[in-house]
Amino acid sequence: MSKAIITRNLTKRFGDFIATNAITFDVEQGEIFGFLGANGAGKTTAMRMLCGLLKPSSGEATVAGFNIFTQTEQVKRRIGYMSQKFSLYEDLTVKENIRFYGGIYGLSHQQIKSKTEELLGKLQLQQEAGQLVSSLPLGWKQKLSFSIAVLHNPSIVFLDEPTGGVDPITRRQFWDLIYEAADRGVTIFVTTHYMDEAEYCNRISIMVDGKIKALDTPAKLKEQYQAASMNDVFLQLARAKPGENNSSS
Amino acid sequence: MRTIFFILQKEFLQVFRNRSMLPIIFVVPVVQLLVLAFAANYEIRNLSVDVVDHDGSTWSRQLRDKLLSSGYFTLHRQSYSQQEAFEDLEANRADLILTIPPHFERDLVRENEATVQLLVNAINGSKAGLAYGYAANIIGRFNRQVRMDWLALDEDDGPEHIDITYRYWYNPTLNYKFFMVPGILVVLVTLIGAFLSGMNIVKEKEIGTIEQLNVTPIRKHHFIIGKLLPFWIIALFELAFGLAVGKLVFSLPFEGNIAWVFLFAAVYLLVMLGLGLLISTFTETQQQSMFITWFFLIIFILMSGLFTPIESMPAWAQQLTLVNPVAYFVKVIRMVMQKGSGWADIQHYFGIMLLMAAAVNSVAIWNYRKTV
Repeated sequence: MSKAIITRNLTKRFGDFIATNAITFDVEQGEIFGFLGANGAGKTTAMRMLCGLLKPSSGEATVAGFNIFTQTEQVKRRIGYMSQKFSLYEDLTVKENIRFYGGIYGLSHQQIKSKTEELLGKLQLQQEAGQLVSSLPLGWKQKLSFSIAVLHNPSIVFLDEPTGGVDPITRRQFWDLIYEAADRGVTIFVTTHYMDEAEYCNRISIMVDGKIKALDTPAKLKEQYQAASMNDVFLQLARAKPGENNSSS
Repeated sequence: MRTIFFILQKEFLQVFRNRSMLPIIFVVPVVQLLVLAFAANYEIRNLSVDVVDHDGSTWSRQLRDKLLSSGYFTLHRQSYSQQEAFEDLEANRADLILTIPPHFERDLVRENEATVQLLVNAINGSKAGLAYGYAANIIGRFNRQVRMDWLALDEDDGPEHIDITYRYWYNPTLNYKFFMVPGILVVLVTLIGAFLSGMNIVKEKEIGTIEQLNVTPIRKHHFIIGKLLPFWIIALFELAFGLAVGKLVFSLPFEGNIAWVFLFAAVYLLVMLGLGLLISTFTETQQQSMFITWFFLIIFILMSGLFTPIESMPAWAQQLTLVNPVAYFVKVIRMVMQKGSGWADIQHYFGIMLLMAAAVNSVAIWNYRKTV
């Protein structure tokens, strides 16, 4: 399998502050890659660089085979993105949101029509198709948001804390959508604060103070840190004072 | 092109779904036009006057009646006490005091001259100037009449004076609304252009959708055209709507070809939309964008010649108006509508507007970034 994402010493500085410090990792095509870290550890910055929203200060990276410094527009065609902030239009209906995003990704009217029906059916939102998005419960909005992020069949989808504030049942359903997309070969790059979700990932990396401190499958990480759960692994890494832990990436 | 179509479709859906938008588009202009056209009027009427008549003679009463029948003055108090009148002036109850001294009539007959005193409240200088001007004019006329009628001088023997015949060109009836309404329309169009467009873009930043758009392959110029075009259309519609209201309510004259006004407005709006876009590129919230836009617009509007003539501004301020787009539009709309100016008269201003549009939009587009 080819690599979906390759980064080499990817760094972002904001003045004196180094948000992301020389991170290096590869993500395989079709993989569910969990990106963990405490608030302010640099996850969002790293993700925004990979999506072409932020110019890296130094280092190298390719996403879907395109350079994120020079080929941002090609990158953008091949990725989907769902941000922390809910980012569909609340004052448009479910259908109008789908049509708008489908349209700007260049889907034809016919494709938009069939995609809309497929998506509404999958999410069982047929009844709500004509309702304003603002009237939907948060969990439904998030599922809709994800479905729209993968509407144009991207090869990679970036999810930035997609399940924040969502109840456990809806989170479970959300992960069903993620698995389904992964089965179709979509690479999932997801940040989260929920350690149970971390267990669902194929591999996870844990960022502390802008650096990647650990990167492996959940099972191997638990073994390495002799922890019963991912929660313990995370606490061990995130609580350690900078410099005490050796980088294991 | 298809991308622009989808953006336009979305924008129009959002604009017309916004509850406050339709009133902004239809009600606000009508109210502003109706209220401002009546209020923004430099003719001063109903100045309240205190008359202190120490003489109480026929002629002193005649002088008073002349003043009051002119339509510019209303009597606030007729008294014999200077003190009372002063108090009125201080308490802002009276705008001016006319004091007629004792023996006014006697002096006029015997000595062929008499004095009266006018005290004018000059907190508002231009109002005071006008009040004095009106009053002095009336007293002067009274003076001439007295000399001719009562001192029994016949026309030929009377004091010489020059009779001036006059005609007011371009606004023969001196209808102030003909002058103000087109200017107010400019302000309305400006507000739509600069405020709504800028706020609309910043709103996407505020709710976070701009991020979602920035990860899409949307082209920068597609996004900008899609965002600005709706307000360009709405503002031009607004201009047509306002002109129709002006025609119906104020019988606004359309001396020139109205197409020139629209052609000019079309380019003028590009400048204003560009300004809105530019402001939106360095603000993060609708509030910030509103304050900054307001800062520029208040200067543009006050220095546009809309309310006060540019010619009476100090030289440095006149230089500043050369880069004020509002000043050009106010000038052109008045030229076309009142004077009947055509292409030959406005082409120079049109060229300047094109240059401004190109300049503002280049800076704005250069400053707008999908990637930070």
